[in-house]
Amino acid sequence: MPKIPVRFTLNEAEVGLFVEPQSNLLEALRRGAGDLSPKYGCGQGTCGACTVLIDGEPHLSCLTLAEAAEGRRIETTAGLAQGSSLHALQTAFIEGFAAQCGYCTPGMLMAAKALLDRNPRPSREEVIDAISGNLCRCTGYEPIVDAILAATEGRAA
Amino acid sequence: MIEIERLDDVARAPAPGPDVRVLAGGTLVMRALNYGGHGIGRILRLTDPALREIHSEGGGVRIGAAATMADVLAAPDLAALHPAAQVVGGPAIRNMATVGGNLFAPHPYGDFAMALLAANAQVHWADGRAEPIEAMLGARGRSAGIVAAVTVPRLQHSEFRFRKVSRTKPKGVSLMSIAAHLPRAGGRLGDVRIGFGAMGDRPLRATGAEQALSGRSLDPAAIDAACAACLDGLAPADDPLASEWYRRQVAPIHLRRLLEEVR
Repeated sequence: MPKIPVRFTLNEAEVGLFVEPQSNLLEALRRGAGDLSPKYGCGQGTCGACTVLIDGEPHLSCLTLAEAAEGRRIETTAGLAQGSSLHALQTAFIEGFAAQCGYCTPGMLMAAKALLDRNPRPSREEVIDAISGNLCRCTGYEPIVDAILAATEGRAA
Repeated sequence: MIEIERLDDVARAPAPGPDVRVLAGGTLVMRALNYGGHGIGRILRLTDPALREIHSEGGGVRIGAAATMADVLAAPDLAALHPAAQVVGGPAIRNMATVGGNLFAPHPYGDFAMALLAANAQVHWADGRAEPIEAMLGARGRSAGIVAAVTVPRLQHSEFRFRKVSRTKPKGVSLMSIAAHLPRAGGRLGDVRIGFGAMGDRPLRATGAEQALSGRSLDPAAIDAACAACLDGLAPADDPLASEWYRRQVAPIHLRRLLEEVR
């Protein structure tokens, strides 16, 4: 089947790609746009490793039809840092040892960013809910929750 | 992919079936595609914004089939159903998973459809037909069509209860789920509706428990009778999540907790 053209904004840059019919957005981002920050984990909506923001809201890119991204605004972890300045969440994750293997980290960061963009002062319970769709097999979650809360307070975890 | 921009154009689309699947939020169809497609030839994608609307209609609320769980949670008129929407996945899934899709989600998913069963929802098909959700669920997989919306009566939050049983919190797949509509007038229950998930091949009503409660006051004797009869005619699932024996043991306990919460 012929490939399908799709255009969207990726971290504020215009992107145009040809994608395979019935392929997912994660493949388009990784293979087409060369953004390797979102990860393939389970492919079934369980792990959250592929979480990206679409028009500001968290979505699972592996369950999003690539064609459906037409005209949408996509944000990934690759767009968090501004030049050499890391995002407050990234700094808090580093300083709070909130990553071990790091595979879940891009998804965690984007789930957390969606929360903080909407609610700059979340409670611990709200943070736990925000990352409830993201699995981490290393940290036991506590350092991640602490880091997100630290980022809201402008301090290291 | 076949894109349908207006619901009125659905008649021109091929009928959904094993080889033609309707893509709404993607949580079922994309998952199948990621795992090899399982014979999916074409996908229908409906992009009519009207399919995502939630609004009052008559004495109830009409929920477009493409409304997401996040949309439900943002609708004050659907407060009674918020507990059921809130436990569908994490935030990303709730931004994607749709009410229409949930009607077709097999166990261990489909808890929202089970809540709609207890709420006595009507299912509206794109071709204009409407039927009770119980009939729609009973024919699921055997009849073709595209769901346009569901309507639910305006429910009082205090008269509707939902409980999802899972091994992990806050997000975990459902071992079973229970929803109950317990309308009361003059200290007595009216027509009670209780739904169970994971007690058969689709969300099913616990008619034994309903009969034990309807028309009675919600006292300990009525609760005892409802719990004793709650599995009448039901066949609990036996799967890697939990055995049939386990589900038979704990279903009355969870129903009792739900009912005692209302008393």
